[in-house]
Amino acid sequence: MTVLVVAEHDHRHLADVTRRTVSAALALGDAVDVLVAGQDCQAVGEAAAALEGVSRVLLCDDPTYAHQLAEPLAELVISLASDYSAVLAAATTQGKDFMPRVAARLDVAQVSDITGIEGPTTFERPIYAGNVMARVICEDPIRVITVRPTAFDPVGEGGSASIETVPAAQDPGLSRFVEESLTESERPELGAARVVVSGGRGVGSAEGFQLLESLADELNAAIGASRAAVDAGFVPNDYQVGQTGKVVAPELYIAVGISGAIQHWAGMKDSKVVVAINRDEEAPMVQMADYALVGDLFEVLPALRDGLRALKS
Amino acid sequence: MKVLVPVKRVVDYTVRVRPRSDGSGVDIANLKMSMNPFDEIAMEEAVRLREAGVATEVVAVSIGPAAAQDTLRTALAFGADRALLLETEESLAPVVISRALAAVVGEESPDLVLMGKQAIDDDCNQTAQMLAARVGWGQGTFACRLEMGDGEVIVTREVDGGTRTVALGLPAVVSTDLRLNEPRYLKLPNIMKAKKKPLDRRPLDSLGVDTRSGIRMVSVAEPPARKPGVRVADVGELLDKLKNEAQVI
Repeated sequence: MTVLVVAEHDHRHLADVTRRTVSAALALGDAVDVLVAGQDCQAVGEAAAALEGVSRVLLCDDPTYAHQLAEPLAELVISLASDYSAVLAAATTQGKDFMPRVAARLDVAQVSDITGIEGPTTFERPIYAGNVMARVICEDPIRVITVRPTAFDPVGEGGSASIETVPAAQDPGLSRFVEESLTESERPELGAARVVVSGGRGVGSAEGFQLLESLADELNAAIGASRAAVDAGFVPNDYQVGQTGKVVAPELYIAVGISGAIQHWAGMKDSKVVVAINRDEEAPMVQMADYALVGDLFEVLPALRDGLRALKS
Repeated sequence: MKVLVPVKRVVDYTVRVRPRSDGSGVDIANLKMSMNPFDEIAMEEAVRLREAGVATEVVAVSIGPAAAQDTLRTALAFGADRALLLETEESLAPVVISRALAAVVGEESPDLVLMGKQAIDDDCNQTAQMLAARVGWGQGTFACRLEMGDGEVIVTREVDGGTRTVALGLPAVVSTDLRLNEPRYLKLPNIMKAKKKPLDRRPLDSLGVDTRSGIRMVSVAEPPARKPGVRVADVGELLDKLKNEAQVI
């Protein structure tokens, strides 16, 4: 049977996490359909149809899905689910919001945040803030799965799936969109960046983060933060990396003034190379990093930035 | 308005757990247990609604072993009016817990269910959404701000990229994120008073819900270990290592 992937998008662009979710769906071994539900989202449907390995795109272009509210989106997925052996979405705040609703209405379990696929019914997922990896078997007739995007490589392009229109499902009318406040950033998206420069309480202030910014400029890096830095108001909350924030797995993660609590480590431990810059040589991050530099970040960061500039020229 | 707050007893967040050597599970015997931190935030918010005169009754409920009474006493010390423990020795998947909570909602008819966004042991982040789906209510997940409107609750949610605000008709289910509030420090007199508050214990079976599910954990393992790191002396050495050894810049 076929697997359904629910696409994530802003009605104009297909999110990178969906390319990664399709890659996980292909690993299940069946044909893959992608559902694109939104308003004026034709371009997203075309982008999904171009993904390698996708058989069909189901396009539902309707004002009901203008704000991607969980209740109507879940209704639509439920109306389609019986044709599929599995339904997948990325384990983003959106996927985490509507997918358990789908699972409960189908009265099946959900497998959250999978990081590995051993077979059509056997999955690997982290528990206890990533301190333990669990192997779970799900034998429900329809498997509802959210996928940790950083654990799967994105699929390429070159596919030519057919695009079919599907009707909107009844809106249950349980919730209403009021407003949204998005953090503006010209940097690469945190979850997809090749390099992440992340700051913690040790950075000291919002001004201190400007030092991280200038280093990130040299590396074309995204900026991340620990919960302590977010709670102190140095940066907005969507910068947070960790168990309760975003999970990242860049090639290079530079942790500046971050002690390295397990909740933070859970969000970045799969980074290829971890660098710790910290004054405290006893900090767990210093112990765990691939390269640790013990020193005052206010001296180290400008020197590092200048060094990178010199390397480039 | 009546508020129902489901709470879970979990290994304390400060404790580092390890898999059993045979991989059969995580050994949690003799570890410090506490109320799931996100549930403390839900409890705090419910009690604040009570103190503001919005909520008239706060009921805490837990599904778990007899020892989960301690967790419910903590909820009562926060300021819950009464507590209900549905006893079971089994560790149940969220799909089953949501069936049981839907039955509790049927008995209690709350106007609002406030609960943590995820438990820090299984990290599932499912139960609130599943409960909302089963009872046919709206959901406000990952709440960082909650306001009562006219017959509705206005929830600001933490999402990737910023925040979104939704209005939900009542009754509704709201799940709490870390920034919603700072749970209070429990004072001794309140802990003493909590001992006298009603705590009803019943077997989970009394709800008559199906406790089977299609999911099971077959084994656990340590995450792959990283190779030991090195200490570099200065910025020059760091740049050299990143360029020539790790080849990431």
